[in-house]
Order: sequence, then C-alpha cells, then structure tokens
Amino acid sequence: MLHYIGKRLLHLIPVLLGMTFIVFLIIRAIPGDPAQVILGQQATAEAIAALRQKLGLDNAWYVQYFDYLKGVFTGDLGESLRTRQSIISEVWPYLAATFELAFFAIIIAVILGVNAGIISAWFQNSWFDYLAMVIALIGVSMPIFWLGLMEQWVFSINLGWLPTSGRENVRDPITAITHFYLIDTLLQGRFDQFIVVLKHLLLPGIALATIPTAIIARMTRASMLEVMRSDFVRTARSKGQKMFIVVYKHALKNALIPVLTVVGLQTGMLLGGAILTETIFSWPGIGRYIYEAIGFRDYPVIQSGILIVAFLFVMINLIVDILYTVIDSRIKYN
Amino acid sequence: MKGKKYILAFILLLTMTVFLAACNTSDSDSTSTDSNSDSSTPSTDSNTTDNSTSSTPQVLVFGRGADSVSLDPAIVTDGESFKVTQNLFETLLNFGEQDTTIHPGLAKEWQVSDDGLTYTFQLQEGVKFHDGTDFNAEAVVKNINRWKAGTEEDFYYFNSMFKAEGADIITDVKAEGDHTVVFTLSRPQAPFLKNLAMSPFGIASPTAFEAAGDKFGDNPVGTGPFKFTEWKRNDSITIEKNADYWQEGLPKLDKVIFRSIPDNSARLNALTAGDIDLADGINPSDGKSVEGNADLQLIERPSMNIGYLGLTNTRPPFDNKLVRQAVNYAINKQAIVDAFFEGRAQVAANPMPSSISGYNEAIEPYPYDPEKAKSLLAEAGYDGKEIELWAMPVPRPYMPDGAKVAEVIQKNLEDVGIKSKIVTFEWATYLEKAKNGEADAFMLGWTGDNGDADNFIYTLLDKDNIGSNNYAYYSNDEVHDLLIKAQSETDENVRNDLYKQAQTIIHEDAPWVPLAHSTPLLAAKAGVKGFLPHPTGSDKLDNVSIE
Repeated sequence: MLHYIGKRLLHLIPVLLGMTFIVFLIIRAIPGDPAQVILGQQATAEAIAALRQKLGLDNAWYVQYFDYLKGVFTGDLGESLRTRQSIISEVWPYLAATFELAFFAIIIAVILGVNAGIISAWFQNSWFDYLAMVIALIGVSMPIFWLGLMEQWVFSINLGWLPTSGRENVRDPITAITHFYLIDTLLQGRFDQFIVVLKHLLLPGIALATIPTAIIARMTRASMLEVMRSDFVRTARSKGQKMFIVVYKHALKNALIPVLTVVGLQTGMLLGGAILTETIFSWPGIGRYIYEAIGFRDYPVIQSGILIVAFLFVMINLIVDILYTVIDSRIKYN
Repeated sequence: MKGKKYILAFILLLTMTVFLAACNTSDSDSTSTDSNSDSSTPSTDSNTTDNSTSSTPQVLVFGRGADSVSLDPAIVTDGESFKVTQNLFETLLNFGEQDTTIHPGLAKEWQVSDDGLTYTFQLQEGVKFHDGTDFNAEAVVKNINRWKAGTEEDFYYFNSMFKAEGADIITDVKAEGDHTVVFTLSRPQAPFLKNLAMSPFGIASPTAFEAAGDKFGDNPVGTGPFKFTEWKRNDSITIEKNADYWQEGLPKLDKVIFRSIPDNSARLNALTAGDIDLADGINPSDGKSVEGNADLQLIERPSMNIGYLGLTNTRPPFDNKLVRQAVNYAINKQAIVDAFFEGRAQVAANPMPSSISGYNEAIEPYPYDPEKAKSLLAEAGYDGKEIELWAMPVPRPYMPDGAKVAEVIQKNLEDVGIKSKIVTFEWATYLEKAKNGEADAFMLGWTGDNGDADNFIYTLLDKDNIGSNNYAYYSNDEVHDLLIKAQSETDENVRNDLYKQAQTIIHEDAPWVPLAHSTPLLAAKAGVKGFLPHPTGSDKLDNVSIE
C-alpha cells in the first residue's frame, strides 16, 4: 500500500510539471499586459516598460518559467503583481474559505444524493423515482448564477431567514485563527457566531451542491440497480432479511465504489469550479482569487493558484483510490 | 447498524437546516435581520454603540464591486482603493461636496504669486496623524519629496499630474516655520490646485511610511476622520472613527465596513435583505424597483463621465472624416439613452460633460439623420466593407450594458449601409487591443479625475496621448496647440476659450461618436442620511449618519 502511495506521489511530479508548463504558456498567450493593468488606462509607454522590467516580464519566457520553477521547488510561489504580497502568505485564507464551502457542499451532496439514489433504486419506477430523477436532471442543467440569485430572493429577501452573501456578519467580525470559521468560532466558544457562520454557508452550499447532488443521485441509482439484481442480494432477501438492511447494508456497500469515484471527482471540481458561486455569494475563496488575478493578468497568482488547485485535485483522487481498499477489501494495489 | 446511522444523519441535517432557518428570530444577528427591525434591535457588537448618542448603531456597511488594491493612495490608480483612502487621508485642498471647486483642507489658506509660479499654503494647526505624529509643514515636505523621488511606476498619479517630459513641475517645496509650506513651480500649471485635491495626494504620516516602507499600503496612517482597523482581502475593509479628529463633531459614524460584492444584482439583493446599508453600482434597470421600495432610497452620483464610440482614425473607413461624420448622424443617441440608461443620462455633444468649466454650449450633438448619413457615405465613396464593432464585456459607470448598446448601434449602422460585426474580448484584452489601434469602432468611456477640461480633452484626444488614452488615434496639430497653451494659461476666461475652440474643431473632425454622460446610481437604506456621492467616485463619509 505504502509502495503504491509512493508511486502515485512520484507520478504527481510530471503531471504537475506539465500542468505548470501548459498554464504558463496559455496565460502568456492571452493578450493584456499586467504592467498596463496595474498602471491603469492612462499609463505612458515608458512607465509600462519600466514596470515590466521591474517585474521581470521582459525576460525571455523560458527564463521566467525556470525562475518560477526554481521558486516553486524552494517553496516560494512568487509574489502577486497586484498586491505585491507573497502568494504563500496571502493564499491560505482564500483556500480555507473554499475548503469550508466545498466541504459543506459535498456533505450535502453526498447525504442528499446517495439517499435519493438509493430510494429511487429501491422503489424503481415509482413516483419518487421519477420525481427524483427529473429533479436531478434539472439540478444538472440549472445555471448556478440564476439559482444563486433566486435563493437570495426567496430565502433572504422574502423570507428573511438567511444572509445573502459573505462568510460572516461583518458587524460582528470573526477573529480568524485557522481561517475555517466553523472551527474558529468553536475554538473561541462563540456559539452564536458558529450559528451565524452556518447560516452563511447554507445558500452558497446549496448552490454549489446542486450539480454534485444530481450527479451522485443518478450514479447511486444506477449502481444500486445493478447491485440489487445480483445474486447475493437475492440470497439475502430470500433469507428473509428486512429490505432496509438489504439495501443499506449489503447492496449499498457494493454499490459505493463508482459512487465514491464520482464523489472524488466532484470534490475536486468544487475546489476549482466554485467561481460562480463565490462571485454571487461574494465568498472570498480561491476561485475568486484566481478569477480576479486573471482580470489583472496577475501571472504568478494565476499560475500558483491553479497549481494548488490541481495538486489538491490529484490528492483527493489519491485518497479516493485508497478508500476503495477500505470499502472493498478485494481491491489491492500491490 | 450503518444504515440507521445514515438515516439518522440525514434527518439530523434536515432538522438542522430548518432549525437554522427558524432560529433567526431568536438570535440578534443583524446580518440577516430585516431592515425594518434595525431601529429596535441594536447590533450584537457592543463596541459600535459605545460612542453613539442614538439607539441606532452608527455602523455603515458599504457594498461595492471590488476590493482595494492597496491603501496607500499614492501608489494606486483604481477607484476602489481611493474610496477607502479618501476617508483615511486628507489632502491639502478639498473638492466641493458634490463638485470639483476648490476648498480648504489640511491647508486653511493659500496665496498664488502673480506669475503663477509660487504657491504658499497656511496649514491647519493642532492636527495629528492617527499614530500621534504631528501634522506640520515638515510632514507635507516629506510627503512631496517621497512622491518626487519615486519612479513613474511607483507613484503613477504624481508623475502624471506633476511631471512633464520627466521633469518635475514642482521644483521645490520648503517649510517656512511649522505651518507654512511654499511650493515653487517650473512653469504655471492651471489645474495645480485641483490636482492637489485629488485622492492620490492624501498626506500620510512620515513616521509611518518611513517605518513601513513597501508595506505602508497594509497599515495606512493619515489624518482623516477614520482610522484603519482591519482588511480581510477580497472580503471586507473596516475603518473606525478617529476620536481625535480635528473637525469638531465629525465623523458621525463609529465604523465603516467596505464589503466587496462583485455581482451587481447580488449587491442589490444584499441591500434589500438588510445585509448592507449602502450599495454602489446599481444597474439603471433596477432604479425603479429601488424607488418603489419604501425601505430604500435611490442616490444619483453627479455625472462627470463620457461614454463614447471611438472610431480608430487611422484605419479605413474611419480615416475619412466624412465617414466619421456619417456615423455620428447615423446613431440614434437619444434612443440609446432612453432604452439602456433608463433616461438617467444626457446625450453627449462634446468629449466632456457640461459641468466642466470650458464646456462649449454652442455645440449641438449631431442629430439622428440617416438620410444625411447615407449622402455623406456616398460622398466619401464608402465601399460597404464590413467593419468590426467592439462592445465592452463589462458594465462601466458610463456604459451599463455594452453588448446591448452595441446591438442598437449595429442596427443604426446597417440602416445607412454600414455592415458591422459585434466583437468582444475579456476586459484587459479589450483595452490592450483597442489601445494598439486594432479596433475599427470601439465602445469606451472615461470618468474624470479632477474636474478639469484638460483631464478630458487633452487626456483623451491629444496626439501626445496616442498609445495611451487616445484610443481613437486622433491627431490634430491645431487642437494640440490649443490644449498645450491651455495647460499653462492661468486666466480662467482665456483658458475656457481655448477649450471651446478645441471642442469646435473636434466636433467637426468627429473622431468619436460621443454617446452619453451617465448618472451613476447608488442605493441606500432609508435611514442613511448625509451621504453625498462625489462626481470623482471617491466619497467622503464623515457627514453620514444612520437614523
């Protein structure tokens, strides 16, 4: 097992290297000059040239690339061109914000999606099955932008239940320790703030969970249907086991492998794909951090931001692969 | 029994959701309380109510589109940064409450020598920076010397306003005693006082910027009505009342929190739900719904901008003056203003709005006259070749919806026989390509910095600024001579006359189609009083209070 993990981690190096290279080339191929963006619309050509030189942007691309790689290997992700802050020191609050939101969303998605899938399979072709699958279809095709604004309209403006946006009540700000606000408020014994943070998580969490919930529900249903037709389920049922136990104990365990794969993929997608949700709900996460960096042509932030997200994506999939062995002892990686 | 646990967890989550939603009424989280209840429910944050005389907490949450880049006003160029620094720092001179006339600031009086080369400022006494450093003549000298010593890329605005061809216009700054500062200029500069009143020239504590170096932007220290408290990047900036502020009774607010909410609709939602008190960047199309909501008020920012359709004067077919004039006749500007600005804009005749001194009232906008356009095109021998019409991808204060306005323009052009293809790029790309002269016709605009005609006409249409802000590549030597002369002319009447002459020539040359001077909209809770939005976009909040 350790051998396998080691091998996977070694494979990571060329994958990430290749990715940095591709990202590096793509962002430099798009027109738009960071020096120009930093200095604004009325900058003179001389000022732009001077700033380009200062930022090292007039070096040949391969010099810039190797400088960047050298930095990455020594743990230095560079400095934001816009804020002039080191990315390492500035990235954590964004990352933590996205982690918290993505984690919350994926929990909603797993609980709702898996259960909806199971019940649909259990009562195949029932009204619930049809309804759940229609909702799942809508969920997959719903534009998040629209969904987010509708959520705000219904739950914040009309019902007044939940805040529209942000992570906290800015009038009663949270003192960040880990930057996971759920944890920070508990560490400080502020249960009132804990509730406030949970409330802020709900609307963006639901918006972000919509697509994964739908995908997980459909995958669970399909996978469960297949397992429930298998011999061992028939045997269990013929032994007079209760349907509930057959479904949740015997069948689910065997149906879970493909579901887990989807969950892993979706979690990775959430990390990188949260931009729309983060924009609508003004959630200060990594998606918006990278998105705004693109607008400013902040090359180091785009590069390092994508590198971090890609790294996490690969790591999550590694964890999923390891979890397979936990769920199904027949799977071995030696 | 794993299954049972599973179901249990599911039920638990559902219960929690309902509970969280329902417990709103029992906890006093003011983020989610309705705006109606604000007067009766004080905020949970007791600090904010300490200094307040009324029962309403004097905390203003200001929602805006983006975060600041830095809080050192001398190094930034973006409006969002100035919105905050305007309240932390003060300039020697102030603009009027809602115009760009000149008023005392940190300087209470000033004298100008007859030759326009020496400015003597008497400073306010007894003023201190937030860190306790005394504000005096020496502090002013240190600030000016800091800007002078910096390169153009470091102190962009100083270089742009106070340097000409790399040489300092301010040749010397001297402290005469504790509260008198004397500036010596190399040549008269007509907008000198207006320039000094701009946000980038806020006077900073020398102790603080000398100690902080590059990091000053994270720990700004000025003399302003508010002190910097906290910055959560991409999220919020908090500033609080400067209890030792030198102006009696100000500021009225205890705290201001600037929140970035990028999406315009989401920002209005946040205001309607009571999460924020004031929202910048309201879509003109939402104006009516705000006016129809008794809990809200709509606020108009005085207009100091121009939205235009630039015609790249060096590219065919727009290298021909007749074609440019034809396009001016072909576009129905009034219809655009009515449809997309909801009437909250003026049809533009000149490259600057009428509030600016030197505006030529005698010039009328080109009337909407498709027949005239067709005959001009025929005269010009226009070959009917399709042009690219560039539409901006982002809403700007001077252009709420570039894509839709472009469709109308496209239709207007088609009616007179000019076929066009609408093209758009991501914003940074758009600006770069337009600046390189790659567009045939492009939509763009400008918001003035200091309310001076030079900041519009010279900046946008002088041949010196080709490759910079003159995206249309318009070059006319006669206009150039008038504008250069106006820059050092100190007699206001003579100067205005020079600008009027320039506008006449520009109108005839038609390098653009001036479209509109828009009125940018803001909205606030009904209880917000004393907020006077400034035409420059940098708002002072010292007089704002919440009832």
